[in-house]
Amino acid sequence: MEKKLLRITVNNEYHELYIKPKKLLVEVLRDELGLTGTKRGCNTGACHACTVLLNGESVKSCSVLAMQADGAQVSTVEGLQDKGKLSPLQRSFLDHGAYQCGFCTSGMLMSATALLNKNPDPTKEDIKEGIHGNLCRCTGYNSIIRAIKAVAEGKYKEDDR
Amino acid sequence: MIHDFKYLRASTAKEALELIEQHKDDYKIICGGQSLLILMRQGLVAPECLIDIKHLDELNYIQFDKKEGLRIGATTSHRTVETSLLVKKHYPLLVEMEQNIASIQTRNWGTIGGNLAHGDPAGDPGPVFIALNGKVKVANKERERTLPLEEFFIDYFETALEEDELLLEIQIPPIPSKTAVTYEKFNIIKNDQPIVSVAASITLDEDGLSCKDTRIVLGAAAPAPARAREAEKLLVGKKMDDQLLKNVGEVASKEADPVDDIHATESYRKQLVNVLTRRMLGKAWKQAMGLAREEA
Repeated sequence: MEKKLLRITVNNEYHELYIKPKKLLVEVLRDELGLTGTKRGCNTGACHACTVLLNGESVKSCSVLAMQADGAQVSTVEGLQDKGKLSPLQRSFLDHGAYQCGFCTSGMLMSATALLNKNPDPTKEDIKEGIHGNLCRCTGYNSIIRAIKAVAEGKYKEDDR
Repeated sequence: MIHDFKYLRASTAKEALELIEQHKDDYKIICGGQSLLILMRQGLVAPECLIDIKHLDELNYIQFDKKEGLRIGATTSHRTVETSLLVKKHYPLLVEMEQNIASIQTRNWGTIGGNLAHGDPAGDPGPVFIALNGKVKVANKERERTLPLEEFFIDYFETALEEDELLLEIQIPPIPSKTAVTYEKFNIIKNDQPIVSVAASITLDEDGLSCKDTRIVLGAAAPAPARAREAEKLLVGKKMDDQLLKNVGEVASKEADPVDDIHATESYRKQLVNVLTRRMLGKAWKQAMGLAREEA
C-alpha cells in the first residue's frame, strides 16, 4: 500500500516521514521515532498507558491513526523534562512513590499534565476524573493522586529543583 | 492487525461527499475512530478506503437558538459537547451523559457524529437524543435530508445512512414546558458502556400532574435503541402512581429484545429494563411536576 507523508511535531521537534496509513500514532512514536516512553499496553483503547497530548488534548495514541495527527503538535513523556531536569509532576511522582512497576506512569503523567494545564487547582475528585481512564494494575492510585495534588498545591515550583 | 487501506483526508464536507461517491464500493468514514479502529484492529472491518473527516471544521460547532433548539455539527467532539456552556445551560442532561462516556481521552478525540453513525446499540447519545426528540441532517452529493433519530438506528451497527450519505448535524428541539428528561445506564465499571440504559421524557398537561406526552427509550436492550411504545401508551392521560410505573416497567421489559453475552443474560437485561424504566419515569415525572409548580 502506498506510503503517505506525515508531518508531525513531537516535543517541539519537526519530523517528516513516509508511513503506511494504517500506522497508529503509538507505532510512529515508538517504532519510527524511537520515543519508547509512550507505552503500548492493551492496544485496544482500554488501558490508556499510551496517552499523549495531541494539540494539547490528551488522547490514546493507540486509538489515533498517525495520519490524523498530520500537521499536529504532539507531546510525549519525553517532552516533560526541560534541559535534563524533571518536570514538577515527575519529581512529585518520585517523592510520593507514585511508581510501582512504572508501566502506567507515562500515561498517568500525560493525563495529569493535561489536567493541570486546564485546571491548575483540581480537587481530589477532579484528579480522579482526570486519570479515570488510566489503569494502574499495581493499584497504586492513592500515591498517584497525592503526587498530582502536591503539584497543584504548589509544592513543586519550577525554580526549586 | 489492521489491514492496509487507502487513506483520503477530506477538507470540506463537499469534498468528503465527492470522495464517498468515487469510492462508494468499499469505504468507511473515519472521524475520531474511537470505535472504528477497535473493529479494524480485530479485522471485523477492513475497508479498501478510509475517508477521514476529522478535520472538517465546518462541521465542528454547537449552536443554540430559542426557536430552533440545539444544533451540533457531526465532527464536534464529545468533550466539546460536555464542556459547552450552551449545552450546560439548556440541556444539562447531555453534559451528565457525556461525563459518563468512556474517558477524557476518548471524549477528546471521539465525536458525537461518529458515535451515532457507528450504530452501536449500546451507545449513550442515541437513546438520549431520541428521548429529546432529536433529528439528524444527512446529505449525499445531490441533496440533504433530515430524519428523526428514532428512524436512524436500524440494527446492530446499521443506520439509515445510505451508502453515499454523510451525517452532517444533530438537531435537538427546545425542551417543551413542563417537560423533564432523564437517563441512566447500568454498568459494573463507571463510564463503561451500558449493560442496559433507559432514557425517559415526561411532558405534563396543563394541570401540572397528568402525563400529556412521553418517550421511553431503551438502550442496549435490542438490536438498536428504540422506544417502548406500548409502555408509553399506558402513561398518557394518567397521573403518577407507583403501581402504574410498575406496570409500565413490566410492559417495557416485554418490549425489549436483548441478547445474552458476557456482560449479562437476556433475562437479567429485561429485568434491568423494568427497573430502570420505572426509576427514570418516576424521576422525570417528579422533575416535571417541580417545573410545572415553578411555572405556575
